[in-house]
Amino acid sequence: MAEDRFAVGTALPAASFPITRKDLVRYAGASGDFNDIHWNGRFAVDVGLPDVIAHGMYTMAVAGRVLTEWVGDPGAVEEYFVRFSKPVVVPDDGVGALLEVTGKVVKELDERRVQVDLTVASAGQKVLGKASAVVRRS
Amino acid sequence: MAMDQSFVGRTYPPTAAYEVGREKIREFADAIGDAHPVYRDPEAAKALGYPDVIAPPTFPIVISMPAADQVVYDPALGLDWTRVVHGDQRFTHERPMRPGDRVRAVVVVESIKSFAGNDMITLVTEMSTEEGELISTARALLVARGENEAEER
Repeated sequence: MAEDRFAVGTALPAASFPITRKDLVRYAGASGDFNDIHWNGRFAVDVGLPDVIAHGMYTMAVAGRVLTEWVGDPGAVEEYFVRFSKPVVVPDDGVGALLEVTGKVVKELDERRVQVDLTVASAGQKVLGKASAVVRRS
Repeated sequence: MAMDQSFVGRTYPPTAAYEVGREKIREFADAIGDAHPVYRDPEAAKALGYPDVIAPPTFPIVISMPAADQVVYDPALGLDWTRVVHGDQRFTHERPMRPGDRVRAVVVVESIKSFAGNDMITLVTEMSTEEGELISTARALLVARGENEAEER
């Protein structure tokens, strides 16, 4: 019998994603979220942030790639939750930020679905809290 | 500034229909760096059992965020929108969105709370086709930071 790739305890392939200002500008255009804190450094500092920060929804979407690449069918992600616990600061220094994502199957919810928890960090700090998805077996 | 508690339970009228487009899905998938062919190639989507390409799991934010704006900017609510940050986000999908879906969003104010100087509002947005088929539900916590929190973020 083939190994159950949805077995509780299974680690998802980890991944790191660089994030630059250009990525944020592209996401702003694609999502329609043009909030200045995601592209305008002067504005970000004016409102008390260290620098431009990534859209929380961009961070959520990029972290979700660890789920979709692992499961193979992105439509199998039936539920996806994150708490935005720390902002991802993206300096305009030619390097930007790095998002580091790991995941694990933590629970069998029923015969056809499992719960996967993600840990998402940047600059050594957890940036998404309680990141968790319900994924349909395929 | 305190928010008006009587808004809890309030349902806003459905938004005008948003038609999900093939190129918008591709643009969104490109922007999040997800190269999966199921977002772009109808044949790849059919191989996974879908009638057409599908949208990524967080795509419905394109519809739910503008829908929530009608609440955030409602002057009667008393939310200081200049201090609003995104606290958390949940998506629950009945099925993936796909091209041609004409989607209306209905926003309900689920709760309003104040904690440690922050105002918190939870909005539940149901996104359904014009025919009434529920596709996705977005649940967002928005936090209006208290005056003392500025340095923390």
